[in-house]
Amino acid sequence: MLGKTANGLFWMYRYLERAENTTRLIETGQRISLTRSGASDEDWTSILQSAGSESGYREHHDVVTKDSAIDWMLRSRDNPSSVLSSIMAARQNARMVRTALTHDVWEAVNGIYMRATEKSKRKIGERDLPNMLGQLRSGTALVRGATHGTMLRNDIYDFARIGTFLERADNTARILDVKYYVLLPSVMAVGSPIDNMQWETILRSVSALGGYRLEFGNAPNPRDIAQFLMLDRRMPRSLAFCVGKIKSNLGYLTQSYGTEPPSCETVARIESQYLSCEIEAIFDSGLHEHIQQLLAEFAALGQQIQSDYRFID
Amino acid sequence: MKTGHSVFDEMWGREDNLRGPYENYKSWLDGEDARQLRAKQREADELFRLTGITFNVYGRAEAEERLIPFDIVPRIISSKEWRQLSRGIEQRVRAINAFLHDIYHRQEIIRAGRLPVEMIARNEAFLPQMIGVKPPGGIYTHIIGIDLVRTDDNQFYVLEDNARTPSGVSYMLENRETMLRMFPELFLRNRVQPVQTYPSDLQRSLAACAPSVAGSKPTVAVLTPGIYNSAYFEHAFLADQMAVELVEGHDLRVVDGRVAMRTTQGYKPIDVLYRRVDDEFLDPLNFNPESQLGVPGIMDVYRAGGITIANAPGTGIADDKAIYSYMPEIVEFYTGERPLLENVPTYRCSEPDALTYVLDNLQDLVVKEVHGSGGYGMLIGPTASKRELAAFRKKLQARPGNYIAQPTLSLSTVPIFTNAGLAPRHVDLRPYVLVSPDGVKITPGGLTRVALKKGSLVVNSSQGGGTKDTWVLDE
Repeated sequence: MLGKTANGLFWMYRYLERAENTTRLIETGQRISLTRSGASDEDWTSILQSAGSESGYREHHDVVTKDSAIDWMLRSRDNPSSVLSSIMAARQNARMVRTALTHDVWEAVNGIYMRATEKSKRKIGERDLPNMLGQLRSGTALVRGATHGTMLRNDIYDFARIGTFLERADNTARILDVKYYVLLPSVMAVGSPIDNMQWETILRSVSALGGYRLEFGNAPNPRDIAQFLMLDRRMPRSLAFCVGKIKSNLGYLTQSYGTEPPSCETVARIESQYLSCEIEAIFDSGLHEHIQQLLAEFAALGQQIQSDYRFID
Repeated sequence: MKTGHSVFDEMWGREDNLRGPYENYKSWLDGEDARQLRAKQREADELFRLTGITFNVYGRAEAEERLIPFDIVPRIISSKEWRQLSRGIEQRVRAINAFLHDIYHRQEIIRAGRLPVEMIARNEAFLPQMIGVKPPGGIYTHIIGIDLVRTDDNQFYVLEDNARTPSGVSYMLENRETMLRMFPELFLRNRVQPVQTYPSDLQRSLAACAPSVAGSKPTVAVLTPGIYNSAYFEHAFLADQMAVELVEGHDLRVVDGRVAMRTTQGYKPIDVLYRRVDDEFLDPLNFNPESQLGVPGIMDVYRAGGITIANAPGTGIADDKAIYSYMPEIVEFYTGERPLLENVPTYRCSEPDALTYVLDNLQDLVVKEVHGSGGYGMLIGPTASKRELAAFRKKLQARPGNYIAQPTLSLSTVPIFTNAGLAPRHVDLRPYVLVSPDGVKITPGGLTRVALKKGSLVVNSSQGGGTKDTWVLDE
């Protein structure tokens, strides 16, 4: 496989994952502003932070309002991480690696691109938003399904998966980074409406509310949430799960290529150093520092993979 | 001139008598509901959009992707007509390859006085770097598209020989796929010769031209200028269908005397490169030093026999429009036979008598740039305004050698499906031909381009043309 193709696959799936994550963040914000008494436009600041696009937003807007925050995250072309920009970038990469994709996957990517660009021509009204977000999510789900159901399990698939899980790990870590203070044991003011909202935001942002309830019941508690999102290997958006997947996909690549590149060692080290402990140990050593270090490790891992597999010259 | 319509229609002839190849189709059509067909037309457009069969339009601020309009009425050719055409095409293609070999070696045709030396010496399409080079397998144009037009039942003309990089074959294939998906019943009623083997034929044909350094399973790759190129879809499509890599210049470099591509496991040599990059940009060390699209040093590898480049550099000399006017001589010189396919009568404006005639009859002629393509920079006398004629007259007088002129042919029509029912539109035909040491292979049919505007003779997709599925019927 060409290094360029590996690069294109990696980014195509990163962007798709990013589009989906941002969609979910918008849904979360929307839900909170509709269901919480006393919700204000300022709640969107933390949503923008979770999406990692607050500073970009501030460059283009003076105040945070619900409408402009949604527009910024959903369809702004000035925002390189908006859902629309991500889908366009994913599709651009898909065109570049067209020969590595099955017909089904290409059509699914092109289909979501066509819908997204068509629907984004005008500002999305309140009434149309849920439907639009739903369509986008089923669009990315279709790409994932087509990928799962039609692609050979070879190096093409491995690079697609590595991109997916690196982006997802990064995304979950970023949400935790913005909200870490809510999870600290010192602010265990259980039951206060503000905290409940914060926790709900976190869980919804990573589609974990249902899973969490199933596992821990209806009384959210910061320790369990932190444990669930960082270390639980059954939770498909947890850091441990994502890193585990990256590790196994790098392992498959090692098997098919017959050589073990440095990134394998890096990912194994990340797993043992940061994600193979009890949550209490992380609290003790500092939750915030822990997450910040992980974010830096993910970025370095991406660089390492890029050079190990000759993504660029 | 026969009686009846002045234009030959391939479905109805000149006398409104349904022609044989269309009988079966017409009886099917009579049983169809117009509203449903309109829905099918929309369905076809949707299919193309979803598949991403687009081309990028040049000359616009933003590279924009557009669909080439597809018409659901097939163009139908009988097996007898096709047999005749094929013989003519094969003869012409063999002559072109022999011509290219000769022109870069002993130049016998010039010595024999059949082609003026200025045609080569002062021609920008002639590549001195190719003199004395022997391409692997001795093939120069591995892939050719011969543009044909028809003016009557038995009268075809060659309009152009696309000997560098004929594009559009992906439309030929996707048009058929679309028809199969939308009207499966039509293919039960008509025995249509298949085109779907083209990608595997292409792969085999290219592999058969591999240099001697290649192993038993040569590595083939398609070289594209990148995703902003107008034909990128086709490059990706062909690479995909042949199951070979689609590479860009920056994926390649010369390693140990071979051209190699950067894979996830290091550099891997390529044996045959189907390049969709123009000669000029192929090698910044040997041609345009500014080129970002090519591979530094690829020409040196090529000259040393380390890679096959398809088509060979310098093949442009054979589809140069000034050389075109000598094609009858060229065919005769190399095959010893009379040409089976006719050329359109062509005036070379470089010749004073011809120039005078062309200037006097500009309003009746089509004038083309010698090196132009894609319908850009041409004048269609009968439809041009006074101002356009005057402007072109100046251009002609300033650089006569840059132009050729041809009479406006009365191109045949084939019906298209419009909201008001069937309506005749002018068409041309581009059959695709593969050449290798194993022989010449012509895919039955080819790409039919159709001028969608009533009365228009310009079929180029860049100028508002569309396409049709082209059927060659079985015996």
